[in-house]
Amino acid sequence: MWTWLHKFASPPHAYRLLGRLAPWFGWPALVIILLAAWWGLVRAPADYQQGDAFRILYVHAPSAWMSMFIYVVMAVAAGIGLIWRIKLAHAAAAASAAVGASFTFLALATGSIWGKPMWGTWWVWDARLTSELILLFLYFGYMALRASFDDPQRADRASAVLAIVGVINVPIIHYSVEWWTTLHQPASVTKLDKPSIAIEMLYPLFMMIVGFQLYYGWLLCRRLRAEILRRERNATWLKEGI
Amino acid sequence: MDLQSFFNMGGYAGFVWSAYGLTAVVLIANWWAARRRESEELISARRRTQQLKESRT
Repeated sequence: MWTWLHKFASPPHAYRLLGRLAPWFGWPALVIILLAAWWGLVRAPADYQQGDAFRILYVHAPSAWMSMFIYVVMAVAAGIGLIWRIKLAHAAAAASAAVGASFTFLALATGSIWGKPMWGTWWVWDARLTSELILLFLYFGYMALRASFDDPQRADRASAVLAIVGVINVPIIHYSVEWWTTLHQPASVTKLDKPSIAIEMLYPLFMMIVGFQLYYGWLLCRRLRAEILRRERNATWLKEGI
Repeated sequence: MDLQSFFNMGGYAGFVWSAYGLTAVVLIANWWAARRRESEELISARRRTQQLKESRT
């Protein structure tokens, strides 16, 4: 198990493996996202209260999901890197930050676009929106902290601590709609009992989440390869095999 | 469903299409940034190994 893990985490092996894995994420992601967009925009019936504006759900909710999912991945990877001193884990955390920040921005922006016709305002300082904005600043803080170190190992350690401390914000975002009174609607899908949303409205949502998830997989493969190249610039394996 | 009402989105065209358009822009920008970053690192790594080879001979 441990020898397998070490082989897997060795930079040249990981570099080649990621290159082989990437298309298995990329192509399905493209197909599924396009299919989900078509389904959400054309096939799904209009909501009886919100009309066609509810279709923003199919880009907003998956973005919001990814913004939190990627942060958790980042924090777990940073934790693994910190505890077991696996450089590849630090690299994975570093490779995720910009992608996570972009999904957080997307969740905020599409939410704002959705809020205008439904709530009558682009923005309110309520718990859900504010905690999601804090998430965006956590990503920015993480990236700025990394950039402020010349030594990659010190950057890894310092930014890992920030990522791990900041993960406390993720459950706050999730439960913010229950703990505080907010304009944001409570969860309608991830409820313990049955989801309170029509099944035919749910399929494109799940598809979009799966598509985004696969797309993140592809992005991580590519960015992690770049990260490995940057960190291994003096390694001997680079001289033979790129 | 005819094309006219599809683009009109029940009167919410501006909101729905800008949300989807923005999503497309962010997804494509991510694709582009990841590709670019990888190819940049690859080029600089190749240049570096080339220099090392030349300095040795």
